[in-house]
Amino acid sequence: MNNTIAAISTSLGVGAISIIRVSGDDAINIVNKIFKGKDLTKVETHTIHYGYIIDKGEIIDEVLISIMKSPKTFTKEDVVEINSHGGMSTTNKILELLLNNGCRLAEPGEFTKRAFLNGRIDLVEAESIMDIINSKTELTRKMAINGIEGKISGIIKDLRQSIIEVLANIEVNIDYPEYEDAIEYTNELLKEKIKYIKSKLNEILEKSENTKMIKEGITVGIFGRPNVGKSSILNGLLNEDKAIVTNIEGTTRDIVEGSFLFNGIMINLIDTAGIRNTENIVEKIGVEKSKKILNDVDLAMIVLNNNEELTDNDLELLDETKDKNRIIVINKNDLENKLDISRFNKDEIIFTNTINSNGLNELKNKIVEIFNLGKIEEKDLTYLSNARSISILKKCLNKIDDINKAIKEDIPTDIIAIDLKAIWDLLGEITGETYHDELLDELFSKFCLGK
Amino acid sequence: MKYEVIVVGGGHAGCEASLACARIGHKTLLITGNINNIADMPCNPSIGGSAKGIVVREIDALGGEMGKNADKSHIQIKMLNSSKGPAVRSLRAQADKITYPKNMQETLKSTENLTLLEDMVEHLIVEDKKIKGIVLAGGEKIYADTVILTTGTYLKADILVGDTRTRKGPNNQRPSMFLSDDLKELGFDIQRLKTGTPPRLDRATIDYSKTRREDGDKVRWSFSYETNPTYDIDKQEPCYLVYTNEKTHKIIMDNLNRSSMYGGYAKGIGPRYCPSIEDKVVRFSDKNRHQLFLEPESLYYDDIYLQGFSTSMPYDVQENMVHSIEGLENVKILKYAYAIEYDAINPLQINASLETKLVENLFTAGQINGTSGYEEAAAQGLIAGINASLKLEGKEPLILKRNEAYIGVLIDDLVTKGTKEPYRLLTSRAEFRLLLRHDNADLRLSNYGYEVGLISEERKKKLDEKIESIKKLEEELQSIKVTPTKEVNEYLKELDSAEIKDGITLYELLKRPEITIDKLTHFKNIDYTDEIKEQVEINIKYDGYIKKAIREAEKMLKLENKKIPEDIDYKKIPNLASEARQKLIEVRPKSIGQASRISGVNPSDISILSVYLKKGGY
Repeated sequence: MNNTIAAISTSLGVGAISIIRVSGDDAINIVNKIFKGKDLTKVETHTIHYGYIIDKGEIIDEVLISIMKSPKTFTKEDVVEINSHGGMSTTNKILELLLNNGCRLAEPGEFTKRAFLNGRIDLVEAESIMDIINSKTELTRKMAINGIEGKISGIIKDLRQSIIEVLANIEVNIDYPEYEDAIEYTNELLKEKIKYIKSKLNEILEKSENTKMIKEGITVGIFGRPNVGKSSILNGLLNEDKAIVTNIEGTTRDIVEGSFLFNGIMINLIDTAGIRNTENIVEKIGVEKSKKILNDVDLAMIVLNNNEELTDNDLELLDETKDKNRIIVINKNDLENKLDISRFNKDEIIFTNTINSNGLNELKNKIVEIFNLGKIEEKDLTYLSNARSISILKKCLNKIDDINKAIKEDIPTDIIAIDLKAIWDLLGEITGETYHDELLDELFSKFCLGK
Repeated sequence: MKYEVIVVGGGHAGCEASLACARIGHKTLLITGNINNIADMPCNPSIGGSAKGIVVREIDALGGEMGKNADKSHIQIKMLNSSKGPAVRSLRAQADKITYPKNMQETLKSTENLTLLEDMVEHLIVEDKKIKGIVLAGGEKIYADTVILTTGTYLKADILVGDTRTRKGPNNQRPSMFLSDDLKELGFDIQRLKTGTPPRLDRATIDYSKTRREDGDKVRWSFSYETNPTYDIDKQEPCYLVYTNEKTHKIIMDNLNRSSMYGGYAKGIGPRYCPSIEDKVVRFSDKNRHQLFLEPESLYYDDIYLQGFSTSMPYDVQENMVHSIEGLENVKILKYAYAIEYDAINPLQINASLETKLVENLFTAGQINGTSGYEEAAAQGLIAGINASLKLEGKEPLILKRNEAYIGVLIDDLVTKGTKEPYRLLTSRAEFRLLLRHDNADLRLSNYGYEVGLISEERKKKLDEKIESIKKLEEELQSIKVTPTKEVNEYLKELDSAEIKDGITLYELLKRPEITIDKLTHFKNIDYTDEIKEQVEINIKYDGYIKKAIREAEKMLKLENKKIPEDIDYKKIPNLASEARQKLIEVRPKSIGQASRISGVNPSDISILSVYLKKGGY
């Protein structure tokens, strides 16, 4: 039926132990071939066994093996987990052995995919788990866990519930026109409700886009004339010599990327070739690239030299970034001040000196401050984060616009209800709910109907 | 003796089924326990209602009888939801319980190819999973090529009142004792359903001063496209509104365990949309009153139907309950309320043609399939009759789609989702209700009626002319432009409509909410019938929504056209969730579209199924 797949489930390198997970019909047989200890094909399900991984009689590692037989496993298939003592080479060696003995290397997320296909988890859970797999930082991990616990579904469910209450009321008006206990749901009433639904959708969407930032990180571009110290600032922030730092103008031709974690947020730095007018062809490409990057980044860091007066290039750059999130970094503050700082807004400025790392922490804090990241609390992490969900939310908002237009045009409520029902269905797509008789259940539980 | 079709049961389903077969030209026998009881209305005295009224129009558009018969027999009629959009308008008539059956019986008796027989059918003759005929209570066998079962609530019917249970059909009729055992032996799942009916009151003993009068519409209506209504709109019978009160509710609560339902004497599952009064009081204890309607049953006798008050309480409690109601303090109860339990089959065991999956040429329609309501029954009877005829002729069955008719929604729901309670149509069950309107039933369905032979040449010709006129008027409105003259803008101002600055077609102008088609006569003489004008107005005003619905319907049809082969083995498809696998085996959907509507079959199962079909080269 299915291939047996294997993969290293923990992040490589640092941990005290590593887990290699194997799933599929042959999982137990294959692991048994490379295991010295009990005969794993004869042990009970959901038990742990001590022994060694061996290769041609040679002990590779001392391990604990968990045996979990179908169907009560994550993938609903037979699953074996090998707890090894870590170390990149040992773990890799075990994986290699598994692959040589009949496993196939799992694709990213394949365990989750199987769990989903085998009906073990629903769509939102699946997406949350995929997010864990892809998450790089602690905050994202928490966010993913919140998803698993159903908070994402919970928020959408609340909104769907409030929509279905309106729909049920409208349906009762249609199917039981003489029934007095249900208010007649007019466009006037609908208007108020739509306002509420729209604000809820926007709220979820806004936070979703914010969480997208948490998950994907903030992209910060470092701009400035050549030799003002851009690469030094980058290195200072990254604590490593990734960019080439020289005092010859224009050596950073390629855009160097590096990322660092701060307060749990991934900050992606992009160093650019100096933005300046140049005749040199190679440099010109770099300069054009820089201008493009300027448009794409979440935050522009403009580096100026404390020791020089503003040039036309600087002014041009300042003008181009005046509407963006930006920080003006005045570097080389150990040297004499020749720069007219009175023209800047004080809140925008950070003084640095890359020789003694002066000001680098202030710079990091400033980034956090600009994106309001300090205020991100765990409760905010329950919002949607993937592109599919965001696009569904946007579709819902389009329908809201249609509804508002229809209300203005005096379209009958029962016809407008069709669009409201569509929103309700779309939101159901996010949570993966496909139960079609909810509306009827609501109708009969809320209203006392009948002949 | 041999017939082409035998119809078992003379209720609303049986009438339509036998008429359809006979009219198409097949030798048909209708067997019923009591000929005088044919087309009886054992519960409410009305035909139509929300969604149901549209079904009656659909029956008429296909060439059925219910609409015409209701037009001949009503004592009040009104259009429901006339203040709402065109999609949800629906007719409801108070039908005379004497006249309605009488008229229907006359029609049956005068129909060629149709024989009526008063007897009970107790067994089916089945050979090699194919129906051959029936056995009457006396043991006589009658053979037929096809059999349609429309047994209503008569299969092992029990009347429940308080703690008593009596094996009887509605109105003390003889129930069918053995037929459901036969069905069980043939492999049908038999389920026990329940419904109920309220007490009937003597009209002369009601204090009308304490009630609110409800009249029929002051406009003439008809269900049938072929009826030209001439009834006197001022001589319609009124209905009256009364309310239960705290006293009524206390009597009910104090005696709750004496009712069949709450005392634990009943086994069947009742419908949610038709709860007993004790159910309402228990489930909605915060409500201090419930609406009840007093509906006249006939001009020829005194019974008033107390709508909203069905109960299974013993007689003495019913007396107290009824007398606690304002206006009914001194009322005389002519017939007590009762609940009725009966056997029905699991509709997942029938095809959308209404032919059973287990026995070839055996069709079922109406309450035996788990539905409730005269209209739902008649609709199925008509479809079963049409499809039995098509089967006899070796033709493909008529299966109406969800975007074509409420009847399509009804049958698709039954055979795809099954039902655990008596099923009633509601507008909310139809996802394309904007397409399934009262006003366009003929445009949607009459061609089908014509093809099967139930719509006359003359009627077909009229339909074609109607379609032509609609097209013509739309084109005219599109071709005529008004220019922004002072006179035009003054007229628009009069109508509270915005001024125009450029030329605009009448078609575009009609899209404005405040402009009706009659207002356009200011610019152009519109010499068309109201029917045509209404169609054109709806088409233009709701153009955007109608197009959207059509697009959605096309999406559905695409999935509907992805056929699943008859011989598919769901056990061989890896990775299907076990619940989905079980449901698919039970329903055996004909298409991916139908499969996706089965509860318990999730989108992931549908994608697995699709991939499997693709891999298999289907």
